[in-house]
Amino acid sequence: MNDINNKGKLLIETRKLTKRFGSLLVLNEIDEKFYEGEQVAIIGPSGSGKSTFLRCLNCMEDPTSGAIVFDGVDIADLKVDINVQRQKIGMVFQQFNLFANLNVLDNITLAPRYVAKKERRAKVRKNILIRIGNLFRKNKKPLLELGDSEKEINRKTEERAYELLRRIGLEDKAKVYPSTLSGGQKQRIAIIRALAMNPKVILFDEPTSALDPEMVGEVLDLMKSLGKEGMTMIIVTHEMGFAREAADRILFIDEGVIKEQGTPEEVFDHPKNPRLKEFLSKVL
Amino acid sequence: MKEKNSFLKKHWVDIIAIVAVVALFAWICTSIYINFRFAKKINIFYNYFIVNRGYERLLLGMKNTAIIAVSGLLIGIVIGTLIAVIKVVRPSNRPIRYAQKVVTVYVAFFRGTPMVVQLLVGYFILFPLMKLTVTPVAACVWIFGLNSGAYISEIMRGGINSVDSGQLEAARAVGMPFSFSMLKVVVPQAIKNILPTLGNEFIALVKETAVVGYVGAIDITNAFQYQGSNSYEYMIPYLVMALLYIVIVAAIAGLVKLMERKLAKNERH
Repeated sequence: MNDINNKGKLLIETRKLTKRFGSLLVLNEIDEKFYEGEQVAIIGPSGSGKSTFLRCLNCMEDPTSGAIVFDGVDIADLKVDINVQRQKIGMVFQQFNLFANLNVLDNITLAPRYVAKKERRAKVRKNILIRIGNLFRKNKKPLLELGDSEKEINRKTEERAYELLRRIGLEDKAKVYPSTLSGGQKQRIAIIRALAMNPKVILFDEPTSALDPEMVGEVLDLMKSLGKEGMTMIIVTHEMGFAREAADRILFIDEGVIKEQGTPEEVFDHPKNPRLKEFLSKVL
Repeated sequence: MKEKNSFLKKHWVDIIAIVAVVALFAWICTSIYINFRFAKKINIFYNYFIVNRGYERLLLGMKNTAIIAVSGLLIGIVIGTLIAVIKVVRPSNRPIRYAQKVVTVYVAFFRGTPMVVQLLVGYFILFPLMKLTVTPVAACVWIFGLNSGAYISEIMRGGINSVDSGQLEAARAVGMPFSFSMLKVVVPQAIKNILPTLGNEFIALVKETAVVGYVGAIDITNAFQYQGSNSYEYMIPYLVMALLYIVIVAAIAGLVKLMERKLAKNERH
């Protein structure tokens, strides 16, 4: 069971993942594994817990119990610095959620810039301590390499942002505010905003549900090309056609448990679970 | 001719009313002018204000009013934002719960007592207790800041709640910590939303500086009061004072409107 589509290294593993909202049991002891380089689509009726499951994977919702092991670290553990882990997990939302007070370029560079500068400042602080310590040491301790200056960091993150914008053909929109963009443009920028952090996995929470029908295509195309490049993606979606075409594996979630999973052919053409059969007969 | 007749016929009530109002106003003005001996009063005012350099005190007062109101607002925005953020955080651990209780008491105190009382308590009791010797203006700056912080916290809380929760979510999802996300994403949007209300708060603050005379700071009100009690002639100074406040407030209101328009434009392009 665990070895299906075992393309690469184990990336995310949930162990007995349970989530309750008050007395409502949303996720019931889900054990699941996600491997590097695979594209997994999660389908299921609304209210089944599929979005909650996705949001638990980067602890946007703290699980009630159970563990989420990402890259060898249990991120459900409150002692873990969740921010450092989230920098390696991209997320794309249904409502795009571009920062309305920043232009497109700043939207993309804000987080990478923050991370790089934070690392640099930590080194600067450490260097001060080393300098003070060196006053009393016989064998002087060498100072840490600082790497790029803050200006250089700004330049590099901007360069990377432009590179990503060129990829989606929206280079001319760099200085524009999100409110002037179409839904499809916003969502594509949201995707490259996640990409700018060089994440190990990107979580998509119904990325096309809030789009006009004619804009769905451009977003799905970008996602498909990411998949071809080997980006690990976990996608909650209602686009069955896309799921069949682009995903390696389909998870069907209902009533807080994974009722069935398998390759697109298995799930769509030979469903076994009666609930899945009923669901497919409604949506296909 | 016929045109004019029809005009008169149509509007004769209005015309009589206007004429009556104008006549009444003229009568009031002349009787005030004669009964209150305005010419003499203006002369006295001129003497004290220009010849005896009363305007120097007024300029000092205007400077102090500006210092107290502006720095009070800035301190208030910082404190108010902090309090608002503490209030909107989910109370997930004990320090946050205690902090929320503390700020609730803080807001209750500053909203529950008059400004004058806070000034008197602060300047004559608290600052001496802390062995701090401060000038009256500095004391006013701090107490106005603390006071407006309490009011702005409520305004800011509304502003933060008006920002779509997805904004904070998206910022947290890329791994930026709560404080940085608030500072760079949520609070700027909140401030834009509450700018008209913040302008109101600033106007209220400017008008509230009228009480700083209680602790011996010289402001606009104090300058005119001084002028009045020195010349035993109050009418002109007080009327000019009221007019000056109106002009200042109108100017601030205009500035706020300009700023709003500029921010709105920023978003469109």
